[in-house]
Amino acid sequence: MIAAFAIQGIQMLLVLALAPGLVGLVRKVKARAMRRRGASVLQPYRDLRRLMRKEVVLADTASWLFTATPFLVFAATWVAASLVPTFATGLQFSWTADLIAIVALLGSGRFFLALAGMDVGTSFGGLGASREVMFASMAEPAMLLTVFALSLVAGSTQLSTVVEVLHGPPGVGLRVSLGMALVALIIVAIVENGRIPADNPATHLELTMVHEAMVLEYSGRHLAMIELAGAMKLLLYVSLIACLFVPWGIARAGDGPGALVIGVATYLAKIAVGGVALALFEASIAKMRVFRVPDYLGIALMLGLLGTLLLFVSGTL
Amino acid sequence: MIDVAAGAALFCLLLSALAVARRGRASLSATLYTLTILPCLAQAAAGLAILGGAAGGQMVLPIGLPWLGAHLRLDALSAFFLVIIGTGGAAISLFAVGYGRHEEEPGRVLPFYPAFLGAMTLVVLADDAFTFLVAWEVMSLLSWALVMAHHRRDEVRSAGYLYLLMAALGTMALIVAFGLLAGADGSFAFSEIRAASRPVGVTALAAGLVLIGAGSKAGIAPLHLWLPEAHPAAPSHVSALMSGVMTKVAVYAVLRVVFDLLGPLPWWASPALILLGAGTAVLGIFNAAMADDMKKILAYSTIENIGVIFAALGLAQAFLAEGMRAAAALALSAALFHAFNHMAFKSLLFMGAGAVLTATGRRDLDGLGGLIRRMPVTAFLTLVAVTAISALPPLNGFASEWMVFQSLLASPRLPHLGLEMVIPAAGGLLALAAALAAAAFVRFYGVAFLGRARSDAAARALEVDRAMLAGMGVLAALCVLVGLVPALVLDRLSPVVTALTGTHLPVQGDQPWLTLVPVAAARSTYNPLLVFAFIAVTASLAAWGAVRMGSRVVRRGPAWDCGYPEPSVTTQYGAGSLAQPLRRVLGPVLLQSREEVEMPAPGDMAPARHRVVQGDPIRDTLYLPVVRAVLWAATLIDRLQFLTIRRYLAMVMATLVSLLLVLSLWG
Repeated sequence: MIAAFAIQGIQMLLVLALAPGLVGLVRKVKARAMRRRGASVLQPYRDLRRLMRKEVVLADTASWLFTATPFLVFAATWVAASLVPTFATGLQFSWTADLIAIVALLGSGRFFLALAGMDVGTSFGGLGASREVMFASMAEPAMLLTVFALSLVAGSTQLSTVVEVLHGPPGVGLRVSLGMALVALIIVAIVENGRIPADNPATHLELTMVHEAMVLEYSGRHLAMIELAGAMKLLLYVSLIACLFVPWGIARAGDGPGALVIGVATYLAKIAVGGVALALFEASIAKMRVFRVPDYLGIALMLGLLGTLLLFVSGTL
Repeated sequence: MIDVAAGAALFCLLLSALAVARRGRASLSATLYTLTILPCLAQAAAGLAILGGAAGGQMVLPIGLPWLGAHLRLDALSAFFLVIIGTGGAAISLFAVGYGRHEEEPGRVLPFYPAFLGAMTLVVLADDAFTFLVAWEVMSLLSWALVMAHHRRDEVRSAGYLYLLMAALGTMALIVAFGLLAGADGSFAFSEIRAASRPVGVTALAAGLVLIGAGSKAGIAPLHLWLPEAHPAAPSHVSALMSGVMTKVAVYAVLRVVFDLLGPLPWWASPALILLGAGTAVLGIFNAAMADDMKKILAYSTIENIGVIFAALGLAQAFLAEGMRAAAALALSAALFHAFNHMAFKSLLFMGAGAVLTATGRRDLDGLGGLIRRMPVTAFLTLVAVTAISALPPLNGFASEWMVFQSLLASPRLPHLGLEMVIPAAGGLLALAAALAAAAFVRFYGVAFLGRARSDAAARALEVDRAMLAGMGVLAALCVLVGLVPALVLDRLSPVVTALTGTHLPVQGDQPWLTLVPVAAARSTYNPLLVFAFIAVTASLAAWGAVRMGSRVVRRGPAWDCGYPEPSVTTQYGAGSLAQPLRRVLGPVLLQSREEVEMPAPGDMAPARHRVVQGDPIRDTLYLPVVRAVLWAATLIDRLQFLTIRRYLAMVMATLVSLLLVLSLWG
């Protein structure tokens, strides 16, 4: 019992501790790929510490919603990230929320962030919010359809159960629908995290900002919370893709400490590979126009729908 | 219990009589609304008692058709809708105690309001077709009278006219449906209709007619056209009652006739219902994301939620037709639960809009803004409703939406190719509708309550009085509580679900931590209580830690805005600019919208214009041809008005002869 709680606690702390490191890794690899030296992998941690120590400059027109949102977003993202199996399945609280609820938790974070963007009453905040909700209104159904496809294969929306069924034994083997779900999930992950080609996390050019425009008025500890939540969201998506599509090495409920160590080691390797792949992808592609992104998400939507349709028509595809 | 419910309806009617007797004086307003709370609470309590296991009962009143009388009956299904009417009615009446004070023409609202509530109760209690139809028509007409309260405004008059037409069409469809069901002998009692057997064709036709009759009242596409006109035109507490409660009475009619009286439909009837529901949901919420008027946005969103409910009902029918009772119970529970939740948050939202209307006199989004500082309590309560309706955990909207998705996922075992194609598509549409709902309500709340005030009225708004806040507070608390312990609500639904599907969900209240486990085999679980606890704990921990470990200095300053803060409030994003990205993506398909740029020639000093042109495909392709056909026929017949006396006599003669001919041939 205590061990189960401890493992759940380790998972929560692990995602919190690793998230800025993943962002640092992506930045570093991206810089190297562009033949720059790049900041240290630890730079995001330093940024967070610096932001925490700075004073908060709050716009005159900001309401309580503006100051509460960073903590809400942080909490929702952290809870969601703690429910995704990283190094072990069947954690103590994994039954609290299923995949649909995890998607909705991330949706709550975005909802309040968009509201906060509009709270100060500037043009940029509204611009960011309007674009973010447009992306979300395409990305969320795509994500949900992917979830449907996965849970039709596994017979459950519970993430731990899905992972255990996909991983086997006996496993489900290679499936067309799962391939479609993977591609759709990657597209959604890129858009949801505001990565190139949908959005550029490094930009402050007014016309191209989406996520950054929304959080433009934040400073100090509020900004730190939002940055940390953003990093955790990236980690969440990488972990999600890892546990669903490369589940090897993940520990089962009730496994001994040896399996847990293997689980942690393979997990670290998986997210490192994921981070490098994301950085190389970002370095090799140009950002697209804002109104091309819905087309891009449309692909994910279609793939998710096709995957689900295939599973409805035939149980074995 | 039936006497309590019938007594509540009677009490409501008496209150109306009182209002008429006192000529709807303004001084009566607060008293009347306060008195209306009583029967509402009584019927909610009666309904809850029956859902908890108390006996219902029936009674026959010696009014109505002489050989029939008026049959009333209270069973689990009626009881559930009594709870909806009672809870919604009580909260809305409490709100109206304060809101009614600002009514400019109380004489046009007071006499109709309690009777409207009473008529809805009677619809739910009716146990024969005649009583049902009379109560239904009374409900329609009273709500029409309430819509027409501010009849001096043009848009209210045209909305009222449209509503009257659609209500007449709906009732007509219901009359024909009941006529078909009663058969040639005219057995109008529900018990006889239930017992009779009839060919599949008649069953399907009657179901279709009921779908037209009740669906037009609920706002199912393409019969929804009147709803976004009429619901906002009424005074706000009446809008809340119409959107939050009356649409549920329409859902009740579908449940009563299609699920209870007719029995399972053939399987091919369900795909139509599912697609109709899912399509309605997307269409409604997209319109909500485009509309500029607070109450219109809410009315369009009602259409969306009704679509979700109907899609879930369609799923339940599909499962029933295949004998998959457990899955049908899941889908039906989801539909009923969503109906209850929608009552709570939609009534709350309309009350919020009413509070804003009272405080500022405006309901166009572009005239509002910054109300979160001027009206903090209203803003907070509306935020609860907005979060709930956007299906965000851990509030109630998400719980029922989650159930709908779970019932979709229970469906791949359905053996028909048609359904296999339709259900994933419907799943996609419902997911799209859920995401668009969040977008629409970010816009609704962000423009109206956040940012800077866009008009003097909004800048000077004052918080509304306590009665209004209390009415909203009741429903906000309900949204949170039901969201946190949906398991207890679902257990209360099981008598209703058992009556209609023959089985019910596993008992949810026994699960550890009140977790929702709708299908034991799938092990899909959701525990809002724990999700809420986790979020609350981590958020407070983060806030505490951030202040503790970092700096706690807060400096107020002007907004940064990339270094160029602009004092003019029009530089904020408004209703139109927020809608633009979504309109560009989906507008051309759903609304035939396009943007026109009018650029004057070089040297011409005329201003350039950029405007949005927007149509409504359903109105243009379905309604306008009918209107044109009616006008054309009317023009033709119009000639008959200007004939000479000889021709009239000749026509009378010809009619007589032809009638006699028909008679002689027939006989």
